Parts: sequence; structure tokens; C-alpha cells
Amino acid sequence: MDYSKILNNTVREIKPSGIRKFFDLVGESKDVISLTIGEPDFVTPWHIRAAGIASLEKGKTYYTSNSGTMELREAISGYFDRRFSVCYDPKKEIIVTVGGSEAIDLAMRAIIAPGDEVVVVQPAFVCYGPLCSLCGGKPVFINTKEENKFKLTADELRAAITDKTKMLVLPYPNNPTGAVMTREDLSEIADVLKGTDIMVLSDEIYGELTYGMDHTSIASLDGMRERTIIASGFSKAYAMTGWRLGYLAAPAEIASQMLKIHQYAVMCAPTMSQFAAVEAMTNGDGDIETMRSEYNRRRRYLVSGLRAIGVECFEPEGAFYAYPNISKFGLSSDEFCEKLMKEHGVAIVPGSAFGECGEGFARISYAYSVEHISKALDRIEKFIKTL
Amino acid sequence: MNELLKILEDDGRLSAADIARMLGKEQGDIKKMIEDYEKDGVILGCKTIIDWDKTDREYVSALIELKITPQIGHGYDRVAEKIYNYPEVESLYLMSGSFDLAVMIEGKTMREVAFFVAEKLAALEDVISTSTHFVLRKYKDKGVVYGAVPVDERGNIL
Repeated sequence: MDYSKILNNTVREIKPSGIRKFFDLVGESKDVISLTIGEPDFVTPWHIRAAGIASLEKGKTYYTSNSGTMELREAISGYFDRRFSVCYDPKKEIIVTVGGSEAIDLAMRAIIAPGDEVVVVQPAFVCYGPLCSLCGGKPVFINTKEENKFKLTADELRAAITDKTKMLVLPYPNNPTGAVMTREDLSEIADVLKGTDIMVLSDEIYGELTYGMDHTSIASLDGMRERTIIASGFSKAYAMTGWRLGYLAAPAEIASQMLKIHQYAVMCAPTMSQFAAVEAMTNGDGDIETMRSEYNRRRRYLVSGLRAIGVECFEPEGAFYAYPNISKFGLSSDEFCEKLMKEHGVAIVPGSAFGECGEGFARISYAYSVEHISKALDRIEKFIKTL
Repeated sequence: MNELLKILEDDGRLSAADIARMLGKEQGDIKKMIEDYEKDGVILGCKTIIDWDKTDREYVSALIELKITPQIGHGYDRVAEKIYNYPEVESLYLMSGSFDLAVMIEGKTMREVAFFVAEKLAALEDVISTSTHFVLRKYKDKGVVYGAVPVDERGNIL
């Protein structure tokens, strides 16, 4: 059979994640110290796991309502109010999803129609462009700059907007750069958007992982709640990646449309995960604090360690990545990372994996122990001396 | 600064240079703080947690409950000192509840530990009674779980 005639062309044209090949190489190599992984190295705190287990023991193995249990939606609503001073009605404005990823997918599918343009901030997590293309939309990339601390600026946004622009994807705190947008930064963006019909998809999955300042949600700015969809989840804040649990918060008119897609595509998020998540949101603040402090120590350790061996690195203030500038070493980011891995046994992610603008950079995850990071830094230092 | 103490409690092998980096401080400042903690007796020592069951060392440990007659003017301190000076005593706590002192003993064999209790502890004049509980298996000690070495099983996802 000629599957090329059978398969959806849009799907066929989506490029597989370029990093796959590199990860396969990492898997095959022995004695490689990896700093590539983008998920917490902590295990989900025991009291949260125990709540999930207890739900199974009690036989709570049914579907929940499509939008998630009311108890969890109320907990999420309370969390938004408490942490980010933005109010959402748990009955109509919150949907529990299968990870933050499904939340992003639902938001795009509800808003984007063929021909629409979506402004996507780069470098960023790799899913936005492909998911936008699947809706028939056209991603318009804005390459943020190191000299702007990888923040989106109002001028860049203005230049990217056309009369076809439907959505802005705002992924802060940012993977891979570790950049954050403060209330002041966001207010300049809000000024560009107010009075337009452009929706913001604010991916706040790393919202609990900021260092030295609290995260601000753009939805909490004057006039922005009505034009914002927040996608977030439990994975990074509570080290719950494998539970696949995220959520959406959006104005009721949009939430009700996203809910239809969710209802037909996945029905509801896993029930045991929802029970665990209630425990996380109710009694998990201390866990977040403990993990954030640990990440912060590793962040300082990694960034100062890189600078000490002569690698320039922008100061990351969120997520758990450093994004050093490796352009002065005279290799492309692919070459740099491949040589580093093959010759010195350290795996880091070439910036090119996050779009063209990632050339000259690499992403180093600090979701690893200090001991692990320390060994990797020693090897990176040796490698750099050969260049 | 409790953060420094917490870091050292979790990993006593970290150098002052490493800790300085983790905390965004000067190495000299961290060294000085550690020295001050040592002088003040806040930091008392630094040891390694070893699973002796995985070695060929003959090893057994036990918890001994002691009931004591406290002495006028000294309470339990004198008898405690007499007990903790034995190198076999790994740790010693004054407890609330149905007994007074909890003694953790290490020895080569159960027989050795039993004789130590009978000859050294029970023989002390202030000791009213002893009750010996041998440790059959250690699951967790000082926050460290015994058993398999952790493996990073996380999938490679960006």
C-alpha cells in the first residue's frame, strides 16, 4: 500500500522532533552523564501518592465528570485565587486535562481555524508549532533575544501581528531558556493586546518554579482575563509527570467549547490522578517550597559553575534549565553537543532542538543532583579546553 | 543559617566551594560559618551511612530499653555518661514513656551484645531493668533507604 496517499498530509509534513536522534545516541552510549531530561528528579511526595493509592483502595475507578471532579476544580480555583489573584468559576471555567499538553492542544483546537496565524514565542517547548499546524493554522515565530533576557518585547509582538493573528502563545517561565516575564514586562504585552481579538495561550506549567520572585499570570492584569487561556498542570510543581494531569482556566464561553473537544477526545482525566491532585493542592505547598529551594541551589551551582569554566550563561530565573551561549567555541550547537557527548560523555540538548533561534545555545537541565551536575561540569571543562 | 546546616545534614561530603556556589556566597564566608558551627558545637561530626549487611563484616545491632533510678542532683546524666562511654554504644537517648534510656548497641554477634547488656549495663547500680530488642533489618536510617541503588528511569522527553 502507498501509505503516503492514505495519510493526512498535514501530519506527514510535521517534522519529527529533531532531538529524537540525539536522545537515541545518548541511550546507546555508556558512561554518559546526561543533563538532558526535562522533568523533576523528585518522586511525587508520598502523601500525594498515598492519596492516589487510597482512591484505588476505595474503588474509585470510575470516570469523573468530563471537566474533572468538582473537588479538584474547586481546589484549582482556590489555587489561582490564592497564588495569582485571578478568579475562575470551578463550575464553568476550569477543565482538568491529561497533562498540560492536552490543555495546550484543546486551547489551540478551540481557537484556531485554517488560515489563522498564531504568534509563537521561541525558543520554547517544541509542541506549539506542530499542534497549530494540525489545526490548519500558521505559526508565526518570534525569536526572543538574549540581550532582552529572552523576554518577549512589545515591539516584537507588534511587528508579528497581522489581521489574521488569532492567538499569542506565551510560554513563561520558559523552557529552555529559564526566562521569566515580570508584571511590568507582561503589562507592556497586555497594552499591545487590549482592544484586539487576539487570545493569549499562557503556558504556565513552570509557574511554581521561579527563583527570587513570584510568578505573575498575565490573566491577573487589568483587561487580560477575558483574553487569556491558562494552561498548566501538576507535573513540574509537584513532581507528578507520570500522573498526566493538567488543567485549563478560561472564560466560560471558551471553556465550554474546549470541554466539547475534551469530552469527545479523552472523556476525562485519570480518576486516581485527580484524587492525588486534590491532596497536592490542599497540602502540597511545603513540597513545592522544598523542591524549589533545592532547584534554586542547583541553579546557582550550575550557572556559576558554567561561568567559572568560561561558558557564558544568561541568568535563568525560572523552570529548571540553564541556556548557555556556546557560540564563541566555533561549533554549531549540534556539533558542540555531539562532540561533548561522544568525546567527553556529557549529554546536553542543542539549542537547535528548540527552533532556528536556538543555534549557538544549549539547554542544560538541573533536574539532577549537585553531585551529578558537578561531575558533568568537570567533563565540560575538559572538553572546552580542547576547543 | 539553617539552609547551610540542612545542606550539610543531607550531604556531609560537599566542599565549602560547592556549597558557596549552591548558595551564591563566597567560599571564605561558608568556611568561616562551618568553623563557627564546629566551635559552637552545632556541627558535631560527619559520618558515612553503610549497609553492613552487604559486606563480610559480622554485625548485629540492638535497641536496649533501660529503666533507671535517677540520682538526686544529677538526674540521669551520670548514669548516661557511664553508659555512653562504652564504644559499643552507638547512640543513647533519654526517653519519655515506659522506660528511661534507649541504648543502641553494635556488636559482632547476638551473644556479644547479650553479654554486654548483662555484664555492663544490667550491672550498673542505677539500672532497674533492661529489655533487649535485636534489629532484624534496617529499612531506613538517617533519611536514607536501605536496599537497591536508585536508577534514573526517566524517559527522554524535552
